[in-house]
Amino acid sequence: MANLNLDAYDIVEHEYDVVVVGAGGAGLRATLGSAQAGLRTACISKVFPTRSHTVAAQGGVAASLGNMSPDNWKWHMYDTVKGSDWLGDQDAIEYLCRNAPKAVYELEHFGVPFSRTEEGKIYQRPFGGMMQNFGEGPEAQRTCAAADRTGHAMLHTLYGQSLRYDAEFFIEYFAIDLIMEKGECKGVVCINMDDGKIHVFRSHIAIMATGGYGRTFFSCTSAHTCTGDGNAMVLRAGIGLQDMEFVQFHPTGIYGAGCLITEGSRGEGGILINSEGERFMERYAPSAKDLASRDVVSRAMTIEIREGRGVGPDKDHIYLHLDHLDPALLAERLPGISESAKVFAGVDVNKQPIPVLPTVHYNMGGIPTNYHGEVIDPTADDTNATVPGLMAIGEAACVSVHGANRLGSNSLIDLVVFGRAAGLRAGELLKPNQPHAPLTENGQELAIERLDHARYKKGSQTTAGMRLKMQKVMQSNCAVFRDGDILKEGVTMINDIWQQSNDIEVTDKSLVWNSDLLECLEFDNLISQAVVTMEGAENRKESRGGHAREDYPDRDDKDWMKHTLAKVDFDKKKANLTYRPVHDFTMTEEIDYIKPKKRVY
Amino acid sequence: MVELALPKNSVLTDGKNWDDTSGSSNIKNFKVYRWNPDDGKNPRMDSYQVDMDSCGPMVLDAIIKIKSEIDPTLTFRRSCREGICGSCAMNIDGSNTLACTKAIADVKGDVKIYPLPHLQVIKDLVPDLTNFYAQHASIEPWLKTTTVEPEKEWLQSPEERSKLDGLYECILCACCATSCPSYWWNGDRYLGPAILLQSYRWLIDSRDEATGERLDDLEDPFRLYRCHTIMNCAKACPKGLSPAKAIASIKEMMVERRY
Repeated sequence: MANLNLDAYDIVEHEYDVVVVGAGGAGLRATLGSAQAGLRTACISKVFPTRSHTVAAQGGVAASLGNMSPDNWKWHMYDTVKGSDWLGDQDAIEYLCRNAPKAVYELEHFGVPFSRTEEGKIYQRPFGGMMQNFGEGPEAQRTCAAADRTGHAMLHTLYGQSLRYDAEFFIEYFAIDLIMEKGECKGVVCINMDDGKIHVFRSHIAIMATGGYGRTFFSCTSAHTCTGDGNAMVLRAGIGLQDMEFVQFHPTGIYGAGCLITEGSRGEGGILINSEGERFMERYAPSAKDLASRDVVSRAMTIEIREGRGVGPDKDHIYLHLDHLDPALLAERLPGISESAKVFAGVDVNKQPIPVLPTVHYNMGGIPTNYHGEVIDPTADDTNATVPGLMAIGEAACVSVHGANRLGSNSLIDLVVFGRAAGLRAGELLKPNQPHAPLTENGQELAIERLDHARYKKGSQTTAGMRLKMQKVMQSNCAVFRDGDILKEGVTMINDIWQQSNDIEVTDKSLVWNSDLLECLEFDNLISQAVVTMEGAENRKESRGGHAREDYPDRDDKDWMKHTLAKVDFDKKKANLTYRPVHDFTMTEEIDYIKPKKRVY
Repeated sequence: MVELALPKNSVLTDGKNWDDTSGSSNIKNFKVYRWNPDDGKNPRMDSYQVDMDSCGPMVLDAIIKIKSEIDPTLTFRRSCREGICGSCAMNIDGSNTLACTKAIADVKGDVKIYPLPHLQVIKDLVPDLTNFYAQHASIEPWLKTTTVEPEKEWLQSPEERSKLDGLYECILCACCATSCPSYWWNGDRYLGPAILLQSYRWLIDSRDEATGERLDDLEDPFRLYRCHTIMNCAKACPKGLSPAKAIASIKEMMVERRY
């Protein structure tokens, strides 16, 4: 601190009621909700809103509208609980599924160009793990779609809507750290990428809507910007992250490129085939087949490849066939992935199969919250104690509605339902335009010190080199199947990389659009999340949802029906794991707690 | 004849040659526009020799490789790397396109990369899109209705919905706008192809009830009528859309409503 030259930075101060960090689906929904509530609202984003990764979501948004098959929210709830392998909090899942139809109608009223049925209603397609009659089947057509560009349609529409309200956007601002005082969040410190000025945003409530951290892995469907900055800021604020060991591998990333091919392609009739020409999912999931839950399909594909039935010269991937489907159907409902397959795999989907591989896609874990979006930091007497002034929503949050495995199309609904919930809660908790008490501690200086430290780092390695090492370790030691010895080795390796992370030098010393510096800060964010992910995976001695241990192949409800909570001591560079009970209750009396049973598709 | 010349501080100079250090026999040359507002120097063209044997197939793969392994100061926007976020729009081999979907193999000879033309440059390949975004906001890109909202969805037939195809897919990358000579000339007053395509997306949405108001807003010699059907927009669009066609349709609506 003594060496910090604060005068070297221009500091601009702002005061808002609510500051939302992130402008994806959840961030935009919270921004407009908070503005609607009359609160002075700022939304900060490191990319222009329509470039947020929500834009890449394809298949759809789940809600029990019942437009194309009988449906109700209780069936959706049952499927989500089962999909989560009973690690989801059922009060939050009830909140999600009950509010889903309303949220989708709201999106439609906002202008989302949903595909349509003959009667003019919203088109809904089948998706993995979505069933009628409390899992009994047949499949439910629950996933509302705008062709295979649903995330794009939603994000652009939400951005347009947000322009109607009196919220202020700070675009291409990078959040450095939270300002915390006595366990309360007082604001966010950012750098304006355009000119390098520091902006201090005081807030009564700061909402983290910063997305996932897929870029800790080498091969992921996630954008380059998915670095979980909010998660890392929360960790540095001394608050724990929950269930970080649960990382979803999407069955169908394009082999090599990693780009996503929607599960909707299987919803529309696509099938997975091994080198023997066999539709192998029939063996692994006799009832749901190719539309089993993502963790199940990813494991089945991995086993096929391991047992020598992979396709291609190295027998290291699987084929996704769409060539038996009607070309008109592909053109109408799957135009986006048809184009992706052409560009990134050189494949004409009408004639050839797409080479695919399970690819890191989604983080079930994140910042623990209740279903209002308020961040939870358990105390000795209250496992649901909230952190004043801090909320989290979307992929950054762990509410937890996805538990150990998220169902496809439940993430887009999560964004809008909990984005809306956070705006409503902010409206309940705050009176507009209340004054901000002066800061008494040095939270603001700490954030600037972090920036300054990165900027003048002297070391022998580059950010990109260090990032690659981290990604390779995560990919090799924390994969679809995990094993005790490999995880132990992974813990050592990832901690080694963390220890070396001071040895980076930022080459670009400028202040305008210094992306070298920002990538260094992003790496710093990624590595702490990589560490708690690996440590959590090593520690959890059972298999549940996306976490499959070869040495502990079964789910163990007796010892492990609990959330992992990971905190980090940044001075000692050490992660500490504790636990938090899973909620064994629902939100209302309209539905009973769904008791754990064996998860078969 | 009027003689047009660049101001002295805008003249492009030769930059640094970053020679290959890998010893590979499969080298491709990337010539990249560089400008740093901090150093007070003129813009320059740096030349990077990149080993194609260890590089992905797309131009974005190459510039990420340059940033990661050769020169970390190279600055550009990027995010999804699959052609849906619109961040990495730049001028490659003479055309505006997305670096993430432009195959290196499709470029003969050296790969020349510039920022999107006719915008202020912030740094290297990062242009200032402030005016473009403000123009987008100016068309009020949201569904406007006056009828009382139904409890469920507004009904829209598949035929009505199909009119949005070829429009709603726009990713706001600005490749079309910055390829349009008319937009180069009158970008402050002419909305340009991207924003007019967005505008038509709302005009033609069967659910929208503000058609008249939206048309009134476009009835202006500059906002709409600076389109001279040059068609660069349709040629440039990396998503295969035709803003020119959308603009023609708006002009048609303008004529039709007079009768």
